Amino acid sequence: MGTFDLGVGSAFWLMNASALLCVIYGVINWNKDKEEKVLNTKSWDKDEAKINKDL
Amino acid sequence: MLENIIIIIYLAVLGYLGFVGYKQTKSSADYLIAGGNTHPFVMALSYGATFISTAAIVGFGGVAAWLGNSLLWLTFCNIFIGVFVAFVFLGNPTRKMGIRLNAHTFPELLGRRFNSKFIQMFGGVLITIFMPLYTSAVLIGGTEFLVAYFKVDYHLALLVMSVIVTGYVLAGGLKGVMLTDALQGVIMFVAMLILLFMVFDAVGGVDAGFTKLETVWNETVASLGSVSIKELKAGSPDFMMKLSMNWGFQGWNKMPIFLSEGWLFVITTITMGVGVGVLAQPQLVVRFMTVKSKNELNRAVLIGGVFIIAMTGIIFIVGALTNVWYYEFNEGKNALQSAGGIGKVIPHFINAAMPKWFAFIFLFALISAAMSTLSSQFHAMGTAIGRDVFEQIAGKHNPNSLLITRVGIVVMIVISVSLAYVFDKQPAIIARSTAIFFALCASIFLPTYFGGLFWKRMTKKGAIASMVVGTVVTTFWLLFVHFQEAKELGLCKMLFGVNTLLSGKITFVDAMIVALPLSALTAIVVSLMTKAESPALIKKCFED
Repeated sequence: MGTFDLGVGSAFWLMNASALLCVIYGVINWNKDKEEKVLNTKSWDKDEAKINKDL
Repeated sequence: MLENIIIIIYLAVLGYLGFVGYKQTKSSADYLIAGGNTHPFVMALSYGATFISTAAIVGFGGVAAWLGNSLLWLTFCNIFIGVFVAFVFLGNPTRKMGIRLNAHTFPELLGRRFNSKFIQMFGGVLITIFMPLYTSAVLIGGTEFLVAYFKVDYHLALLVMSVIVTGYVLAGGLKGVMLTDALQGVIMFVAMLILLFMVFDAVGGVDAGFTKLETVWNETVASLGSVSIKELKAGSPDFMMKLSMNWGFQGWNKMPIFLSEGWLFVITTITMGVGVGVLAQPQLVVRFMTVKSKNELNRAVLIGGVFIIAMTGIIFIVGALTNVWYYEFNEGKNALQSAGGIGKVIPHFINAAMPKWFAFIFLFALISAAMSTLSSQFHAMGTAIGRDVFEQIAGKHNPNSLLITRVGIVVMIVISVSLAYVFDKQPAIIARSTAIFFALCASIFLPTYFGGLFWKRMTKKGAIASMVVGTVVTTFWLLFVHFQEAKELGLCKMLFGVNTLLSGKITFVDAMIVALPLSALTAIVVSLMTKAESPALIKKCFED
């Protein structure tokens, strides 16, 4: 990539670094979240009338 | 014969996935947000495949052949903002608030956050008005490739494409859309990897390819330095290359001169307009509401990041490198001189430089890119009509709501196809309309979306004022200031006798750069000047 100027070279390496960041973040946090039990999506349709009324 | 069999198998698999989506669609939540339990692989690929359309591959790939690797700034934004920031910082708060408020669409999320039917309807109406422009452009891109490859009539190809997309969007709802998106995403990914390998092989390797770009620029573009642009035919390849020089471009491996017209175009319109605008795309935000936990979003970051670099990263690099291939194999000409126009470079290159079998695979990738984006756009427009507008007028739990949504999809398809007929002869509209639509979404929705998620003090009046200011300023800028749109739309000329009300480099600044700060400032000022929302509403929005 020696022929890239500073601006294009920065974009090239930032592009690769951000993709790498996504991979690392995804791997580290693959199964880290424990909060799904707090919210129950199955009740959406059932609760809709009540939520509409409250709002 | 073999090609026809593969096409039939492909369409059959699409039909099957649409049918699977249909069988699993039992409630409005299933239709609108895929039941909220989508697999992360499907979600990430669906997000990516919806994000990347023929506009990115054909439109922006062609722009890379014209303006070079400075477009890699857009890929950086696509990955860092469009995937990392979107999924890590916006994804989970959006998902959780969507569940708390029982929101099924993006306008509904905003409307319920601020307890405002107006916001939901306004959002729905804006999506209904503006999205067909973008949809028609994607439709044209996909159809043009069917025409080019099969040598069939444009109108017939447009009709076939529209019928197929209509079928699986109507039947399967978002489940059908996302399953077919995922399949199409895999096809796009594989085709791009093969393309990168083959192009580097054709130009003599990575370093050699990029180094040769400088030679080709010096031989085919820098030589135009002594020629006046007035001597060149407007719109011709040499005219476009001379124009890029006049705008401050210095080579395909270099950034244009700082704050030159070219720099403003690449950074404000292409990089910021599209790169930031993606955060407020209704058809993408709704995907955060389709997963059951943060884990799915975290996993989608990995898949999405790799997918996007394989799409825009590769096509922009390939776009620039086509200049080397044409120079070496087409009598010393650059890409534009060989293909004849920006939008023609990628299709021409694939057919001229790649083996027949790969052209066939790439055709599939392009049709997949078009169809995955189209299906999600039609779904977003249909739900905007059915859920965000009709239900607000006719009342919730109206038995006709889903029917209206489906009728809305058909109506929007008819409008989009009609526009595709009208715009047929303007291929450059693909890339332009993408930037326009993304800028509109960012200016109108982004401050309300951000404030709604993270600022409890933001009020309904602040949100409404921000959306109105975003709409007015963006529309004004496009109609009366921006060098390209104001001139072509012609209203400024009709009313004031000039192409644009302002002159100089400011006309190269994208509408979003002006409208988004004003829209955000309005949201802050009006919110602080008005009474805070009730604690009950804030609790409902932010607490489990």
